[in-house]
Amino acid sequence: MSFLRQRKGKFPNPEHQNGDGDDDETTKKERESRERKQREQEEETRRRIRKRWSCVDGCCWFIGCICSTWWFLLFLYNAMPASFPQYVTEAITGPLPDPPGVKLRKEGLVAKHPVVFVPGIVTGGLELWEGHQCADGLFRKRLWGGTFGELYKRPLCWVEHMSLDNETGMDRSGIRVRPVSGLVAADYFAPGYFVWAVLIANLARIGYEEKTMYMAAYDWRLSFQNTEVRDQTLSRIKSNIELMVATNDGKKVVVIPHSMGVLYFLHFMKWVEAPAPMGGGGGSDWCAKHIKAVMNIGGPFLGVPKAVSGLFSIEGKDIAVARAFAPGVLDKDVFGLQTLQHMMRMTRTWDSTMSMMPKGGDTIWGGLDWSPDNCSTKKKNNGTSASGQKGTRNNGSAKGVNYGKMVSFGKDVAALHSSEIERIDFRGAVKGNSLANTSNCDVWTEYHEMGVGGVKAVADYKAYTAGEILDLLQFVAPKLMARGGAHFSYGIADNLDDPKYQHYKYWSNPLETKLPNAPDMEIYSMYGVGIPTERAYVYKLTTPATECYIPFQIDTSAEGGSEDTCLKGGVILADGDETVPVLSSGFMCAKAWRGKTRFNPSGIRTYVREYDHAPPATLLEGRGTQSGAHVDIMGNFALIEDVIRVAAGATGEELGGDQVYSDIFEWSERIDLQF
Amino acid sequence: MLSIMPLCWLEHLSLHNETGLDPPDIRVRAVPGLVAADYFAPGYFVWAVLIENLAKIGYEGKNMYMAAYDWRLSFQNTEIRDQALSRLKSKIELMYVTNGYKKVVVVPHSMGVLYFLHFMKWVESPPPMGGGGGPDWCAKHIKAVMNIGPAFLGVPKAVSNIFSAEGKDVAFVRAVAPGVLDSELLGLQTLEHIMRVSRTWDSVISLLPKGGDTIWGNLDWSPEEGNSCDLDKKANAQLSTGDVNFNHSDGTRGFRVKEPVKYGRIISFGKAASQIPSSRLPSPDLKELLRLRSSAGLSLSCGEVLTEYDEISRESIKRIAENKAYTAQNAFDLLRFVAPKLMQRAEAHFSHGIADNLDDPKYDHYKYWSNPLETKLPHAPEMEIYCLYGVGIPTERSYVYKQSPSDKCKSIPFRIDSSADGEPDSCLKSGVYFVDGDESVPVSSAGFMCAKGWKGRTRFNPAGISTYIREYRHKPPASLLEGRGVESGAHVDIMGNFAFIEDVMRVAAGATGSDIGGDRIHSDIVKMSQRINVQL
Repeated sequence: MSFLRQRKGKFPNPEHQNGDGDDDETTKKERESRERKQREQEEETRRRIRKRWSCVDGCCWFIGCICSTWWFLLFLYNAMPASFPQYVTEAITGPLPDPPGVKLRKEGLVAKHPVVFVPGIVTGGLELWEGHQCADGLFRKRLWGGTFGELYKRPLCWVEHMSLDNETGMDRSGIRVRPVSGLVAADYFAPGYFVWAVLIANLARIGYEEKTMYMAAYDWRLSFQNTEVRDQTLSRIKSNIELMVATNDGKKVVVIPHSMGVLYFLHFMKWVEAPAPMGGGGGSDWCAKHIKAVMNIGGPFLGVPKAVSGLFSIEGKDIAVARAFAPGVLDKDVFGLQTLQHMMRMTRTWDSTMSMMPKGGDTIWGGLDWSPDNCSTKKKNNGTSASGQKGTRNNGSAKGVNYGKMVSFGKDVAALHSSEIERIDFRGAVKGNSLANTSNCDVWTEYHEMGVGGVKAVADYKAYTAGEILDLLQFVAPKLMARGGAHFSYGIADNLDDPKYQHYKYWSNPLETKLPNAPDMEIYSMYGVGIPTERAYVYKLTTPATECYIPFQIDTSAEGGSEDTCLKGGVILADGDETVPVLSSGFMCAKAWRGKTRFNPSGIRTYVREYDHAPPATLLEGRGTQSGAHVDIMGNFALIEDVIRVAAGATGEELGGDQVYSDIFEWSERIDLQF
Repeated sequence: MLSIMPLCWLEHLSLHNETGLDPPDIRVRAVPGLVAADYFAPGYFVWAVLIENLAKIGYEGKNMYMAAYDWRLSFQNTEIRDQALSRLKSKIELMYVTNGYKKVVVVPHSMGVLYFLHFMKWVESPPPMGGGGGPDWCAKHIKAVMNIGPAFLGVPKAVSNIFSAEGKDVAFVRAVAPGVLDSELLGLQTLEHIMRVSRTWDSVISLLPKGGDTIWGNLDWSPEEGNSCDLDKKANAQLSTGDVNFNHSDGTRGFRVKEPVKYGRIISFGKAASQIPSSRLPSPDLKELLRLRSSAGLSLSCGEVLTEYDEISRESIKRIAENKAYTAQNAFDLLRFVAPKLMQRAEAHFSHGIADNLDDPKYDHYKYWSNPLETKLPHAPEMEIYCLYGVGIPTERSYVYKQSPSDKCKSIPFRIDSSADGEPDSCLKSGVYFVDGDESVPVSSAGFMCAKGWKGRTRFNPAGISTYIREYRHKPPASLLEGRGVESGAHVDIMGNFAFIEDVMRVAAGATGSDIGGDRIHSDIVKMSQRINVQL
């Protein structure tokens, strides 16, 4: 700046001198010399200034500007009123509807029944209580949930601590990872990714608080009975429910289990009424005395096909247990080349994944040539819903793929009729002929014990139904199945009065237990529909790349035709909530428990509430208020409203009874089960 | 959030002024679980170190329980509003059953000590008022109560806190949010705002000195009489002569102090009034003042800050100051005068006297339950009670006040006279007389019950529960790197003291009081207790 001013100021000088120049020579010379000197001086200062204005200065200025802008923005951000983002959203999308809590409070609803939340698999936080050297400084830090920061920082250590013992399914020596307790356990899964938070916030609006809400956090890696053996979790839940009933003037609790929590709570209801050493000794009327309603959200009553692919090859459109929640992990090479194997090793130590295996075998899930549900993922609204416009239903799926074959090798097998498939029994096939030197494989997947012969035998069988899947897994992962078989059962009971059904391994299977004797209780099945959900898989053999590998892989090249939309990337899709097919979440409430059946001897009333999926309209809406997806449904306003109404005292009739969009009733009729 | 919206924060923390419960439409609740108290403000460990060490020997969520309660409410109100006592009872019963019928070790801290005293009475009382656990509930479920920094007989700090929201450190708010008081975030009325908030907290009242003149001394006498204030020097003397030999140092101390400090005068106006013999003091006539107040009835309506001071005329303020000196007993009259609503509300929940006859049926009322001098311990002869506290830090004991010069509306008319300093060696520093303690609780309050009140079979302890005193001498951290030190004796920092943690862990692992070495005393607590003349 000063440099410019200087130049401007001096410029007229020489011109003026030139104007009356030839008066005097001496003065002219003098003037000239002075001028020259002046010019030289000017030049020099100019040079000096230019030299001073160097690259370093530029950099400094640049950094300075950035810093002050940053600081200024930060300042603005902090000074911003808290309501500003909401204001912007409202300006763009129009005013948001009242959250259900506010709306219902205006209607005069107040907190009445205490509420118990039962989180599902993977949504509950786990923290470290004791660990090995590599986990120093992580005491009571969340290993699971939160930011998953440790997973990225020390992946192998993380896997080691998250795994359980291979043989017993309990803690490994020297490691204690325990569930986080309190409502914070599962309100947010990761920052910004709510699970229970929205529901809790809305319940708080009508007056719920800590003393009337309870999060039944449990270690979801263990088998259900083992949570009691190790942590006494079931006793804890029992005592807390009793306490809440006692401190709220004897008002019964409303239980809201989500996902696997549904099965966990089924187990709990049997456990609490069973006599002491194996059960909780609460007496045969405990449930009748303490529970008003069980509102199952997205319950995989009959298991999920995803669990099969998860166990078989750690794959699936989205890996049931891990990929959904830590998307970056599998894609990046955090574990080196053996990502999938590490994942498999870890998840296979978790007994609880076994609880989600498809139950009821071919009777429920269909045989080689039929299945109760059929391929039509197009949105359809049936007569039961008021807002139904009858869509064209794609009944002719005869030429399309069949759901009954849960795993098939090759796309053509998936579509063929059973008579045309040549199958060679794999049972009894000789294992061995070892693929690799097992000692080279530090990752334990049981596959390397199978050998080439075993792998080939599996592939030669071509197609597997739900019932045969169990045999298959028995074959490929005998240790895992042996452990799982001690804790879970997947059959259908012929005679429920058989004393063998008093064993705890049957308690989480609704087809092998009776509901408690509590005629006043209500059971709701609430789930989203309208999202394509994994139902069956097309597999292929992998070409061995390294010595240790997983020999089966979903055949992602298998695509259905343009008119047959059910087969995509090797996965055959059905209607559901992205994780649980409608058949699994709806069947029990729609048919098997409806009225007085042998599974429901006291005639507990059941209600099916479906929520049609509508994706968020704009990005600003986040995960949407009308979502039907497995986890996002916890933010669905209609569902929250239903929950709040029941918690405030309404019955299922007052909510409007069933609310059905899918063909669940029709499908249920096709299932041939004795009631 | 604290530094951005302090006013909002204050509003959410203050309870309803009349009922002591929630103001309409605002609910703040205690955070449950172990998250509640560890790291309750960033970087401020309270329980974290202890929990971490317990975890090393196998403790975890199922056998540790943090009894979180809303510490702003009176004890009985936590049951009425949140059923916190029922919850605690049920949790203890559950832990007892799920851990193979092993009794629990309870580790209360500071005010939690009083809360747990209240709980022990509540749980054995019959239903409408109590928990109906039956007379042997404590005997069946509790192995030991390890009181940390127990404020059994209250703290003088609570008086100054209510009187003028001052003190070397304002017990509640300042510790939690150090920035708030020092900065001018709240404008000029910081202290008034703090006062407004903390006065809605009934629980502060539970910390007022209990036992009146018998325990805390009268105008001329106090149990700490002849106490040396040169704690450092004393510490050295003791360390050289051994821990047990406290009598020796007691003897030498008598020479050092020329004029006995009259700790009994908890509040005195002017330095002189704190020292002259009682015969020259005017006799307190607060009764007259109370009358004056009702007749004056002038409401200056000084804005929204409710300190109750604006309802008092300047004249009566002058009268208060003219009274010169107040003991623990008539400090109550004083507080009743300056904060009638608070005291009226609080005295329905707490009592601060000494019982003459503990079998009097009136002592079945819950307001006596948190006062160890008005209750009997439960009938549980196998239980153990520990008093664990730090010593060696100057602790506020009594105050020199002056009238605040400002005539400004709404200001608090009394201030601690910070210009009142004694000689270099004396206990008086900027208007506050110090004694030995853990920075918040004087030794006499923390130790008396275990040293004398409950020792052996007394009327306060009919079952003869054994008591142990464990004192921890304060040593400041040697270097900055050590953080808050592993040998600290300060009220809160003691939770990181290794010797202390070791004691707790040994008892939790099954040791008895005599296994860990019985009493361990550094201070003059035994001597002091002997001077206190309570019928046992």
